[in-house]
Amino acid sequence: MKTLELRYVWEWPVRLTHWFNVICIIVLSVTGYYIGDPFVSVSSTSSYVMGWMRFLHFVFAYVFTISWVVRLIWMFVGNQYARFPAFAPWASKAGWKNIARTFCYYTFVKKELPHCVGHNALAAMAYSGVFVLFLIQIMTGFALYGQFQPGGFWDGAFGWLLPIFGNQGLRLTHHIVMWLLIGFAIHHVYSGWLMDVKEKNGVMGSIFGGYKFIDPDED
Amino acid sequence: MMHDPEKSLREGSVSEEILQQWEARGIKRRDFLKFCSVMTASLALPASFMGQIAEAIEADNRPPVIWMEFQGCTGDSEAFLRANQPTAAELILDYLSVDYHETIMAAAGHHAEAAKHKTVDEYKGKYIAIVEGSIPMGADGAYCTVAGDSALNIARKVCGNAAATIAVGSCSSYGGIPAAAPNPTGAVSVSEAVPGATVLNLPGCPLNAENLTAAIVHFLTFGKLPATDRFGRPKFAYGKRIHDNCERRGHFDAGQYAEGFGDAGHRQGWCLYKLGCKGPETFHNCPTVRYNEGTSWPIQAGHGCIGCSEPQFWDTMTPFYRRLPQVPGFGIEATADKLGLGLAAATAVAFGAHGVASALRKGDETDTKVKKED
Ligand code: HEM
Ligand code: HEM
Ligand code: SF4
Repeated sequence: MKTLELRYVWEWPVRLTHWFNVICIIVLSVTGYYIGDPFVSVSSTSSYVMGWMRFLHFVFAYVFTISWVVRLIWMFVGNQYARFPAFAPWASKAGWKNIARTFCYYTFVKKELPHCVGHNALAAMAYSGVFVLFLIQIMTGFALYGQFQPGGFWDGAFGWLLPIFGNQGLRLTHHIVMWLLIGFAIHHVYSGWLMDVKEKNGVMGSIFGGYKFIDPDED
Repeated sequence: MMHDPEKSLREGSVSEEILQQWEARGIKRRDFLKFCSVMTASLALPASFMGQIAEAIEADNRPPVIWMEFQGCTGDSEAFLRANQPTAAELILDYLSVDYHETIMAAAGHHAEAAKHKTVDEYKGKYIAIVEGSIPMGADGAYCTVAGDSALNIARKVCGNAAATIAVGSCSSYGGIPAAAPNPTGAVSVSEAVPGATVLNLPGCPLNAENLTAAIVHFLTFGKLPATDRFGRPKFAYGKRIHDNCERRGHFDAGQYAEGFGDAGHRQGWCLYKLGCKGPETFHNCPTVRYNEGTSWPIQAGHGCIGCSEPQFWDTMTPFYRRLPQVPGFGIEATADKLGLGLAAATAVAFGAHGVASALRKGDETDTKVKKED
């Protein structure tokens, strides 16, 4: 029998940006999918379906970008679970042990649970990848967006991507990354649920309230 | 916002003397004024520049022109020569002294070559070089030779000594169709073949003759080539996206799309986005200037834009009738959405299975009692 203690792990900026990201990704995926494949065709020329879809996409794109930047800043000023070393377990020996342990648990090799105060090592690596995917979406998105005004701010900021990857290359990347994020979300919610059930650490609740149940022997 | 030619005449912006000289050459003053005002507008200059333009093309500084054709289809020459009004392209063509142009010159063989060399030597650094078609670098340039010399050597010599080089059409601007994968001849653009040359790209398949005329007028008026974008194209002609000036844009924003050629939506002039239109990816002034003296342009005629004025369009804008390119490494029928949906479904199935296995697995749960932290 283990005695777990309740500990404040996810500070409010981590939780806030998490939920902003979730909402943004849902809206951006729905509107983005419509932009890529306008499956609803309307009969009245006075409608503005694509117009609103694009408007929403761009508004949430800004929100998403701000949220990403805030989370990036928190990587440098947040607590130990939010800082960037937590996202690079491959950089330390303990991290590698953690990776091996989590991997063995997920692949049914061992029954011993990973038990981490912050993210478990595999989750942390997945999040690093996801933060990069977020950045790719932001960069390709604003490069595409900037084309409405060559020489404007966004064109200046990300337009240099166009000669390298080509306009269609950026679009395809932007489109494929949406699917990668959807794939991640499915896996992410599942493993959150799994750990919640097995570790009994309250991980699902933690992203709302910030507290997790921690095994004091673990740190 | 039409510029009124008569008004600028009254204001004296184009001198009476110049008008009379053009009349003596058989060009009506109205037509000449119209030409000047179209050029002023094309170059996005204020109307007050009209007089300056009129003077520039009147001044007796006719730069000789050498027009070279390499790996191309002569479509750009055609576009230029077929201009049907004396007021636009033809006027400038008459005005310039085209010393060499394989399709239209009277001379042939050694005489023609001699004329070309003479111009290069006599007007070093003063003439305008125009290149149509790409330049093959493969097999030491053997794939395209003119009068026993390779396109590469000719381009290096002629463009390298020109005051300015204008690459007309997508082939000379970016390699175009000859440079499409697998590019058997090693075709490249003029700026790649002659890195030191001052090159203005006027891509398009073919280029729009109006833009060439305007570029030349700009050069005559200001003594330099117009400002360009990051692909070496003049901003006055390639500064706006087709999609942002398209006459079907209202249907795009509304959500009205032709689903097939000849269907009800197509016949009503709805947006061609779902038929693979690349207007959202392409910069060109087709919607405003149109082709053949403003007669029409592809989207007006009912076909989506294929992005012909963008670099490597044959490789990057295909498939022409689909919105997105193919995902590299997968078959023709695998669109990004099919693969994505497959990925999402596979993830769900895999984790579903993992979940069932985990639920059946006993003895791995933490046995707990919770203590509140104080
Ligand atoms: C998680 C984030 C995002 C997702 C899932 C997403 C998804 C998509 C998708 C699927 C498309 C359609 C692509 C196509 O088939 O052509 C699209 C288009 C686009 N997205 Fe995003 N996007 C995201 C973030 C952003 C951001 C941050 C921006 C920045 C402004 C942005 C700007 C655009 C633009 C400009 C287009 C093209 C719109 C058009 O052609 O009218 N997106 N997005
Ligand atoms: C019902 C929806 C979701 C729930 C309940 C949820 C829950 C959680 C939980 C519990 C954590 C902490 C995980 C840990 O300790 O290892 C977390 C972190 C994270 N989640 Fe989610 N999540 C949801 C949706 C999403 C979606 C849709 C995305 C993006 C595609 C996402 C991206 C992330 C990222 C990037 C982190 C790392 C957070 C950080 O350190 O800033 N989540 N989530
Ligand atoms: S036809 Fe092409 S360029 Fe015109 S609005 Fe539709 S997608 Fe844009």
